Amino acid sequence: MSDARTRMIARAAREIAPGMVVNLGIGMPTQVVNHLAADYPVCLHTENGMTGVGPVLPPEQADRNLIDAGGAYVSTVAGSAFFDSATSFAMVRSGRLDLTMLGAFEVAANGDLANWKIPGKFSPGVGGGVELAQKARRVVVLTTHLDRAGRSKLKAKCALPITAQACVARIFTDMAVIDVTPDGFALVEVAQGVSPAEICAATDAPLTIPQSPLPSF
Amino acid sequence: MKLRDKRCDIAAAVGRIKDGDTVMIGGFGVPGTPFTLIQALVQQDARNLTVIKNDANEPGMGVDHLLRSGQVARLITTHLGLNSHAIGLMNSGAIDVEFNPQGILAERIRAGGSGLGGVLSDIGIGTELAEGKQVVKMQGTTYLVEPALRADVALIHADRADTFGNLTYAATAQNFSPLMAMAAACVIVEAETVVLPGEIAANAVQTAGVFVDHVTQLENLSEEYAVVRR
Repeated sequence: MSDARTRMIARAAREIAPGMVVNLGIGMPTQVVNHLAADYPVCLHTENGMTGVGPVLPPEQADRNLIDAGGAYVSTVAGSAFFDSATSFAMVRSGRLDLTMLGAFEVAANGDLANWKIPGKFSPGVGGGVELAQKARRVVVLTTHLDRAGRSKLKAKCALPITAQACVARIFTDMAVIDVTPDGFALVEVAQGVSPAEICAATDAPLTIPQSPLPSF
Repeated sequence: MKLRDKRCDIAAAVGRIKDGDTVMIGGFGVPGTPFTLIQALVQQDARNLTVIKNDANEPGMGVDHLLRSGQVARLITTHLGLNSHAIGLMNSGAIDVEFNPQGILAERIRAGGSGLGGVLSDIGIGTELAEGKQVVKMQGTTYLVEPALRADVALIHADRADTFGNLTYAATAQNFSPLMAMAAACVIVEAETVVLPGEIAANAVQTAGVFVDHVTQLENLSEEYAVVRR
């Protein structure tokens, strides 16, 4: 993984305040946990029915009945709980998740998120993504700034079917940290060695750049 | 008083499934998937089934055997991301797939098992997942009507069962199983351990035996139950 991507994931980890209940989506968000101290006070939730998700275990130590929603063999921590799928999503829909970190195909300037379907190419089903995006108290996205074809994932409007409307608060990319504001995208931090002009050029929507110096990560 | 003994031979229990039945199958990935009951259903060969399961397991495992044998006409599910074979059948039109948001599938099943007609939810409003769904306004909020789901048969894997059908589940093998065990006309359980009534403490019971019709003891656990090495 590129250095910029690793720093993006490390930066996103700082978004997790002590005591939060957090769901980490499949893909890059899952790796955020690698940047938290082993004794950091956080309660991780996974959709298939567990709070207090502990570290991923190698196959020889795995419990065949203990996985996260991405299929990784995880472990318990002191205070873990198991429950059924209705209870798991009751937590999500009733606002018990302080934060969720999700991947994205596209994010629009109004916070619309598209991350579940590319018509004709990719349609594995929506899983728990809609409820996480629509109901977690804060939704942040981790994604590369550009897709594999070099097109911006940050757009004025999503072209793909959306997962949830106006749900994203903040986007962590390999180039920048960008907030979704009532006035659209606003640059908050820049990746080391990347200029605001480069970020503007890589963003397919207007981007507000503050006058004050920007922190880097 | 004495509670009825519901122990049953697997082939006899699964033999009750008929062509055209709707079958709920517990499990999320490997944990909770009743692989042995699924194999018995493949042997039994009931066809034109509607299967309700969170996912379609992985190629060559669990529900995928039913897809390969051509027994499934319709799949009501949430995510097929680990089974490219199932996605291929969907894309070619060989099976009809209905995707539900995961917690909505759980609630529809819970409602079906609770004697309710459905639930009201705002999940998916403003997306294509809301298309075609009935809309109601209540107390100033717009909701989608999510109809209850019931099945003819539910296939359930339990960690422990007593002979009356009181069940416990292991870790994340619980997932949809307690919900499905309430939502079918006939509930068939495979258990890793079957004990006498009283050996599962009343406080520990996760599915009450009144919901369960047949209990079968797994003689051994096939390779499908093991940790998947990807």
